Amino acid sequence: MAPRKSNRESMVASTSKASSTKASFTKATATATNDRHQSFQQIASGIWDNYQKITPQRTKLLDTFLGFLVVVGVLQFIYCIIAGNYPFNAFLSGFSATVGQFVLTINLRFQTNEKNNADFMHISPERAFADYVFGSLILHFFCVNFIN
Amino acid sequence: MTDSGLDMFLKGSSGRNTRGLLRLIILCLIAAAAISSRLFSNDVLANFLMLLRIREHYTRIILTDEDIVDPWFNFRATKYLVQNGFYSFWDWFDDRTWHPLGRVTGGTLYPGLMVTSGVIYHTLRALTIPVDIRNICVLLAPVFSGLTACAAYLFTNELSKSQSAGLLAAIFMGIAPGYISRSVAGSYDNEAIAIFLLIFTFYLWIKALKLGSVFWGALCALFYGYMVSAWGGYVFITNMIPLHIFVLICMGRFSPRVYVSYCTWYVLGTLASMQIPFVGFLPIRSSEHMSALGIFGLLQLIGFVEFIRVNVPSKQFAILLKGVVILVFLLALGCLVLLTVSGVIAPWTGRFYSLWDTGYAKIHIPIIASVSEHQPTAWPAFFFDLNILIWLFPAGVYLCFQKLADEHVFVVVYSILASYFSGVMVRLMLTLTPIVCISAALVMSNILTVYLNMDSPSLPPDSAGNQDSNISMSRVKAGKKDGIRALRLPFIGIYTNFSKVLVTAAMTIYLMLFVIHCTWVTSNAYSSPSVVLASRLPDGSQHIIDDYREAYQWLRQNTPENAKIMSWWDYGYQIGGMADRPTLVDNNTWNNTHIATVGKAMSSREEVSYPIMRQHEVDYVLVVFGGLLGYSGDDINKFLWMVRIAEGIWPDEVKERDFFTSRGEYRVDEAATPTMKDSLMYKMSYYKYESLFAGGQVQDRVRGVKMPSVGPTLNTLEEAFTSENWIIRIYKVKDLDNVGRDHASAVSFEKGIKRKNFKKTEPRALRVE
Repeated sequence: MAPRKSNRESMVASTSKASSTKASFTKATATATNDRHQSFQQIASGIWDNYQKITPQRTKLLDTFLGFLVVVGVLQFIYCIIAGNYPFNAFLSGFSATVGQFVLTINLRFQTNEKNNADFMHISPERAFADYVFGSLILHFFCVNFIN
Repeated sequence: MTDSGLDMFLKGSSGRNTRGLLRLIILCLIAAAAISSRLFSNDVLANFLMLLRIREHYTRIILTDEDIVDPWFNFRATKYLVQNGFYSFWDWFDDRTWHPLGRVTGGTLYPGLMVTSGVIYHTLRALTIPVDIRNICVLLAPVFSGLTACAAYLFTNELSKSQSAGLLAAIFMGIAPGYISRSVAGSYDNEAIAIFLLIFTFYLWIKALKLGSVFWGALCALFYGYMVSAWGGYVFITNMIPLHIFVLICMGRFSPRVYVSYCTWYVLGTLASMQIPFVGFLPIRSSEHMSALGIFGLLQLIGFVEFIRVNVPSKQFAILLKGVVILVFLLALGCLVLLTVSGVIAPWTGRFYSLWDTGYAKIHIPIIASVSEHQPTAWPAFFFDLNILIWLFPAGVYLCFQKLADEHVFVVVYSILASYFSGVMVRLMLTLTPIVCISAALVMSNILTVYLNMDSPSLPPDSAGNQDSNISMSRVKAGKKDGIRALRLPFIGIYTNFSKVLVTAAMTIYLMLFVIHCTWVTSNAYSSPSVVLASRLPDGSQHIIDDYREAYQWLRQNTPENAKIMSWWDYGYQIGGMADRPTLVDNNTWNNTHIATVGKAMSSREEVSYPIMRQHEVDYVLVVFGGLLGYSGDDINKFLWMVRIAEGIWPDEVKERDFFTSRGEYRVDEAATPTMKDSLMYKMSYYKYESLFAGGQVQDRVRGVKMPSVGPTLNTLEEAFTSENWIIRIYKVKDLDNVGRDHASAVSFEKGIKRKNFKKTEPRALRVE
């Protein structure tokens, strides 16, 4: 385990060195954390900028889908709190469909992320997508069966 | 020259093929051994072996005339499934058990076992091999034990590089008595398929974790769902996998693979488990499943924090995030405790709680403590069930500590957890056996790999460790120059043939002894059918005691279709299965009060019991009595449990203290307490028992005491049937008296006993009109 971890950290380090913007950003946060009041906003905007820059288009698409799933899940949950959970199986299957799809999409995001290549040596992005489809099919079968 | 011929097969690509073929053949043989070692209680193999005259002692195996299934309910449910189809099985309301209440069977059983054998039945039909469903039920456990051996092979291969460990694990798993005890032919029990599913689920889990693959995670979830449908022990998996992940996180080994495999398994597996009606919403609502949910939440949190941490490479901020993780974890734990206390989440059920608080069951739930399988395990049981494996087991865990990849952590966690549980409860030895077999196989293959390596180094320096080869070379050179042997570096390794042969021979002997032990244990201890009892006559020949089936057959043929039978719950399933009559209580002890009612009826005086029996429309009462034959598992020996269970509900009416003499002894002879002598159970057991013995020398062979020469009288019951060896006695409940007298006076009237002080309760009044 230990070598993999160091490997990964070095990878992170190399990416940060490669992009000069990120290096400067690192400095900025390093100084900023000393001053608590400024730090939070700066960090948040820093993360956002950084995210915009380094994330590939496809991953952004996945993230949009993730955001949508979160919104759907939260809406369902709020409705459940307001209106009560009478057909509990219906609530559960709807809610767990969003949670499950969310988790599976995150899995796909992990597996297609190039940073994680060391972790997923045997899984190509195509294979990851096929697995994603397989998992989602099972998930939806169970949800449809459970909603009655 | 023969060497080169062999080399052609043993080296290179053809060598790989040969080895693959060998492995396949060995696996098939192991599966065959696993199956055949479970057929001891089956006449097919016994006849076969007698024919071959392989060994003398095989002929002493208990032969049964028919292969009989012990768990009668499963068999009955399977028959129902096969006859009526899946959908009517799914919502089957059984009105022939728990008499006034009935049982919603579809919603209160794990359907995996029945559906599996139903599928096999229909598959064989489709292949034009019509096999009776009973034979499928009998032979299901041996077939699945063959599959278990294969699953153990796969699992172990994930742990070690050498395939020999897998093969060893397979053979250990195939014949270890700890597993055979629950899977002999004819034990058509949930465990029969559950252990296979347990190991296979764990194999898929290890595979998913190693690869970080959604596919394997989903397969793991599917087999977990199958396991849930088969056995209540699935809770072990739901707590084992989260615990593994938690340990990994605490060791600082979180990685995207961990996230992917666990979250896939949890989401799909939980949904799959909720499809089973018996489980329902339990994965959301009960405490046993909360660890899985908690770890799922924790992983989301850690995943998110890792995501942020990578993007913000500031040390202080990372520490802050770590603090947030710990804080949220503690908050969630607090919430869980709060929810449990407030009752939103169901607390631990008694059965699981008694694993932690070992004294709990005995005090609060006597029905759990009354089962002999729920007692703590004694030391000899470990040696008896696992022989050499039990002392190889810790060494295997030690080996896992040395390697300690993710999957080895799993083995360590599993072995610690399962060792504890098997120490608490005899029955859970079953979950310990797989891990014992696997880690013992790791050790054994490690030893054999070291000692079977025939390569000897030509030059001592070659064998020295790679790291300090330079130093050693120089030192060896120096040593040679000096010519002093003490200065030469000792090279490490085992190279003398003597030590190799010695150790290998010792291990081989241990392995052979293991096989012999397993065969002996299986044939002597675990192959006895519980329905047919066997005894040995003085001349060594075998005598079969078949009272159970005799009595059940009598019930089946001589009583009306809807006659209700009252007996203690141990015999409920058998009566339902063999006699095909409705019962009041059975082995599925879901309603404690109803069982306590039967216990009260059995332990009270006749005047109290009779109204209870009338209220429950009891027609026949069945008791098991072993006094004549010395059969110790009879109802008088179980009687105290009936009293205890009844006392739990009616502490004022039934008191355990009353059944003991003033010196605190539990006696049935002359000195028995009046409560004992008046109890229905005592009367039913010893009714007319003295008529068997001449001269008043009435003897009870189980308790080993002399009984009073005048037996008890029964007023409200009449003897309907007593089996050949008096093991089963069936009584018919009398109707109300025609003339409205109570039963006692009616009986004494018939005997011609005059009432001594005959006095009118009411003065005679002149009849008007």
